[in-house]
Amino acid sequence: MHDLTPITALGGTAPRTDTVGDVTLTEVPDVSLASVAARVGQEDLCATRLAKLLGATAPEPGRASSGDPYAALWTGPNQWMLSADFNTHEDIAADVNAHLTDAASVTEQTDAWVCFDLTGPRINAVLELLCNIDLTRFDTANATRTSIHHLGCFVISTEAGQSVRILGPRASAGSLHHAITTAMASAL
Amino acid sequence: MIINHPLLGPRDSAEFVYLGAAELMNRPDPETASADDWHDYAYLRDNPAGTHRELWFHEGGDRSILIVTRDTTTHEISAVELARRGAPK
Amino acid sequence: MTQKNRLDGGQIDRNTTLNFTFDGKTYAGHPGDTLASALLANNVRLMGRSFKYHRPRGPLTAGSEEPNAIVKLRSGARQEPNTRATTAELFEGLAAKSQNRWPSLAFDAMAINDRFSNFLTAGFYYKTFMWPAAFWEKLYEPIIRKAAGLGSLSMQADPDEYDKGFRHCDLLIIGAGPAGLNAALTAGRAGKHVILADEDFRMGGRLNAETLNIADMTGADWAAHTVAELSALPNVRLMPRTTVIGAFDHGIYGAVERISDHLATPPTGKPRQILWRIYAKQTLLCAGATERPIAFENNDRPGIMLAASLRAYANRWAATPAQRIAIFTNNDDGHRTAQDLHTKGVKIAAVIDTRPDAPRSHDYEVLRGAQISDTKGRLGLTFAEVTLSDGSNRTVECGALGVSGGWNPNVHLTCHQRGRPTWDDTLAAFVPGGTLPPGMTVAGAANGTFSTHGALKSGADAARKALGIKGRAPAVPDAEDAPITQTPFWYVEGCSRAWLDQQNDVTVKDVKLSHQEGFRSVEHLKRYTTLGMATDQGKTSNMGGLAIMAELAGKSIPEVGTTIFRPPYTPTAIGALAGRMRGKEFHPTRLTPSHFWAKERGAVFVEVGNWLRAQWFPLPGETHWRQSVDREVTATRASVGVCDCTTLGKIDVQGTDAATFLNKIYCNGFAKLAVGKTRYGLMLREDGIAMDDGTAARLAEDQFVVTTTTANAAKVYQHMEFVRQCLMPDADVQLISTTEAWAQYAVAGPNSRRLLQKIVDSDYDISNEGFPFMACANITVCGGLRARLFRISFSGELAFEIAVPSRYGDALMRKLMEEGEEFDVTPYGTEALGVMRIEKGHAAGNELNGTTTALNLGMGRMVSKAKDSIGSKLSERPGLNEADALMQVGLRPVDAGDKVTAGGHLMNATGPVDAKHDQGYVTSAAYSPTLGSMIGLGFLKDGGNRMGETLRLVSPVTDLTVKVEVVSAHFVDPEGERVRA
Repeated sequence: MHDLTPITALGGTAPRTDTVGDVTLTEVPDVSLASVAARVGQEDLCATRLAKLLGATAPEPGRASSGDPYAALWTGPNQWMLSADFNTHEDIAADVNAHLTDAASVTEQTDAWVCFDLTGPRINAVLELLCNIDLTRFDTANATRTSIHHLGCFVISTEAGQSVRILGPRASAGSLHHAITTAMASAL
Repeated sequence: MIINHPLLGPRDSAEFVYLGAAELMNRPDPETASADDWHDYAYLRDNPAGTHRELWFHEGGDRSILIVTRDTTTHEISAVELARRGAPK
Repeated sequence: MTQKNRLDGGQIDRNTTLNFTFDGKTYAGHPGDTLASALLANNVRLMGRSFKYHRPRGPLTAGSEEPNAIVKLRSGARQEPNTRATTAELFEGLAAKSQNRWPSLAFDAMAINDRFSNFLTAGFYYKTFMWPAAFWEKLYEPIIRKAAGLGSLSMQADPDEYDKGFRHCDLLIIGAGPAGLNAALTAGRAGKHVILADEDFRMGGRLNAETLNIADMTGADWAAHTVAELSALPNVRLMPRTTVIGAFDHGIYGAVERISDHLATPPTGKPRQILWRIYAKQTLLCAGATERPIAFENNDRPGIMLAASLRAYANRWAATPAQRIAIFTNNDDGHRTAQDLHTKGVKIAAVIDTRPDAPRSHDYEVLRGAQISDTKGRLGLTFAEVTLSDGSNRTVECGALGVSGGWNPNVHLTCHQRGRPTWDDTLAAFVPGGTLPPGMTVAGAANGTFSTHGALKSGADAARKALGIKGRAPAVPDAEDAPITQTPFWYVEGCSRAWLDQQNDVTVKDVKLSHQEGFRSVEHLKRYTTLGMATDQGKTSNMGGLAIMAELAGKSIPEVGTTIFRPPYTPTAIGALAGRMRGKEFHPTRLTPSHFWAKERGAVFVEVGNWLRAQWFPLPGETHWRQSVDREVTATRASVGVCDCTTLGKIDVQGTDAATFLNKIYCNGFAKLAVGKTRYGLMLREDGIAMDDGTAARLAEDQFVVTTTTANAAKVYQHMEFVRQCLMPDADVQLISTTEAWAQYAVAGPNSRRLLQKIVDSDYDISNEGFPFMACANITVCGGLRARLFRISFSGELAFEIAVPSRYGDALMRKLMEEGEEFDVTPYGTEALGVMRIEKGHAAGNELNGTTTALNLGMGRMVSKAKDSIGSKLSERPGLNEADALMQVGLRPVDAGDKVTAGGHLMNATGPVDAKHDQGYVTSAAYSPTLGSMIGLGFLKDGGNRMGETLRLVSPVTDLTVKVEVVSAHFVDPEGERVRA
């Protein structure tokens, strides 16, 4: 076991939580991420193996799936982001690669991203100040890449109108956190 | 503008980066092309008042490059396709 | 304070009194008032001075089309000039000031301009300040600037915040009058996602200003009932205080919502305004109509207003500018005003109707076939001079005059996509044309349907049609349905100083002059006279100007046409357009994994793109940055230094064709690179110019990690996606950025291996034999953490780059410092990094500057002829390969104390110093503590064959001439022995 102590994307030893009114923003460091891209010519094989790994067909464009241990979201043509619990799947890329082998290119993405959960009954009032998502149709399990104050982020609807997960570029975690909390203060 | 992404539906053009005319895809064959062919490819572009086929990179989205057919006088977009031939979803 | 001109009724809350000041004097009003309505109720008609002639002015209208009642609101940093008193919602403590007057509103010294009006006609400035040309900048412009303009800025930063936001809907309805409300009801009841936006703080539009009934209630009550029903529908979003300012491509609308404008200061955390971008599948424009004036001599005195605005003040705000009012009209709507005012107890002095057959009234006198020939009253109207039908004159005493010349549909937003309105002869007005913005329909008065019934019906019908709502249409409630005919009457014959554009002081005479001087196209008319170019964009004035120009040209109005309507519909604060992107929030900030540690160490940071990077790490006692940087360089070259290089772009390239792909994007070869090896790569643009450089490490047969320069990371990724998707669509290649996933540190210096051996787990042999120069591997560190190690060097020393997942970057840096103590490990920043790369002759952004080729960079032979790569063909062009082509060289001052400056040019030792004799230029310069002098890198003609030559380095801008010697760019360890040690 190595002796290096991690810090969160916001630089703390513990994840940060901010609440405004009935909406809460939580930094979620315990998420492992790996990108999966099907090899050209191996798309069907990749789909089959991925379905086996996820326990369901990999999500369609604009969609995400939840599951144990792996959740997934569509990120591009024949490309997905898989996530799992960091505590049990820290080396997610190696784990996923072992299942998909030569059907896909797998890349560790865990620390490329900061993960925030935004929850509460009025999250849409916050989101509409942050990003261009059609919230009238952003149902549960919808997912999209969008721009939040010039930061390319993934937004995943985990419960329509109640809860979203936001993945943003880790190096800009502070800027993203500032943008979200400012919008919370403004909208709520 | 709104670009109707073949996989993701209508998306604001602000999510895209404009890469230039779609002729950029027709890179000369290095085996056979003449100096003039290379010159034309690198430097010469039509500038039509009307229908124009052009490349838009969905940088703020799924990273697909799209071929967008757009009327430069009205911004009407008549066709959108994935640049990568035969690319499945 | 008594509100002398306050009437009964109205939609104001009389139980609450709001105190406010105008030009320092305190007045009282009520919630529901605008600044203009409250001032009128307090018997204040004079609210400003005109732009050019400084004529006394009061409100002309009761809405956003107002040209005259333009005031400064608030004070201090929140002071806001050119605000329309007619839309400013009253709040407790509101402080307003009049503008464009000195020393006071009642006595304005600049009103002298009015006396010289014969000289200040259209084109005055163009004609007068022509010569001598040199006078313009020094004399004329400063004087004109001082005299011109309306309000002034606070010259302080805006203390308020502005937000931007995004909303989507099936149907956007612009305007909440009878058409808009009924459309919203229709679409809302059908379950569609509706946004109803209105610029007013009270929805209802004209219904709030009229006494007409809908069904069995007043129009205002019907509006309130409808708003209540709509606000209970979850799929309908009501946006009062929201102006839709522009119709953009493909159903995107800009809208400004005034969140806190009606409050003294925004509540904590709340914005002043929000700029919404609304994405509407369908749009229904129900923007209503604007009454148009009639021009007559001296028609701009305070108290002269549009008739329907007088009616609105009386009915909605229970305010009147005077107790005795005359009406001047060419249509029945003027009589409606007279009737309403009469009912409210205001004395109607007379209704002057241009029509010989005008309707008569029992309640007031109607002067049929009469016209107003002039008016009197210095600071406010006192008398109107009337020419009766028989040619005789009559003086009518009145404190206000309502003018009605008919109505113009508000077509502005229909034209934002270059659509042109069409002329309707029945209405004698422009109505929305055939080419509307895609997805837009128009209903109600905006479409020329002026009756209340017509508006209600057309709103519902348009909503049903736009959304495809099936089934029987519900009945339209009973409402007034008077037929409308408008006979044009633009101006009173013979008038001259009759104002068309009151804000820019353009008169009938100016339009005639413009025509006479040949500025006859409507676009020329506008620019020559400035008609319609003020902040109101000519909402009440353009039609009159066009009509007069048409008459003079002997054309019809549609033949003359209109100027182009452009966004924004009403003036929009720059702050709203900026949103949160101000100051430090202009762009996001990227922090490196060692940032918090570096901050603890007292590092000085520099912005590199969006990144904050440690520039140097000052130690106690160091007073100049050079001391820190020299120390960092020397310590690294003597023992070991550590630098955070996470910011370099990292792109994971995988797939069976990954090597083939790299062969295409790099000009040098990668196919034969062994697994476990790294290679420097140079990327060219297709035109043969260098684009970027970096390294590619082959971690597996089908996996490379490519690095880019910090600045070009996004651009290189984009280029790689273009090659992958557009040029090599069948190749098996997958790309993804991993820049931020890994914390990557350069560990450089003769003791770097010894330091890393304490970090890297002992399973991995990093000796020179086991891990030679340019090796790379997946390893573990600190007892099992996955990591990557590359033996690459930017400094020219024995060096490594080590990468761990970013969350451990902070801990790894601390560990390196702790374990490195025995070697006096030194953290170094970007300055020392820059010095060392110049000492080593490595090209960076200054050299890869968009004009240089591989040949210029001394890497001409790297461009492989054995394969095709991007840029390889065009890099062979003769023009890029001339015998005396620029070549990168090193430069040392002949006198070690001399300065070398980047940007300076190289000239021969003797001979002229001019562009013709230019030999090249210096790209990078630094003080080298290793060599004890400044050194430079530069490009020199035929530089490869000029080693040892002495040149002059000149910089005319800094008045520098220094003798320099041409040397190898590899100042330090030219044989490369250290990196291989």
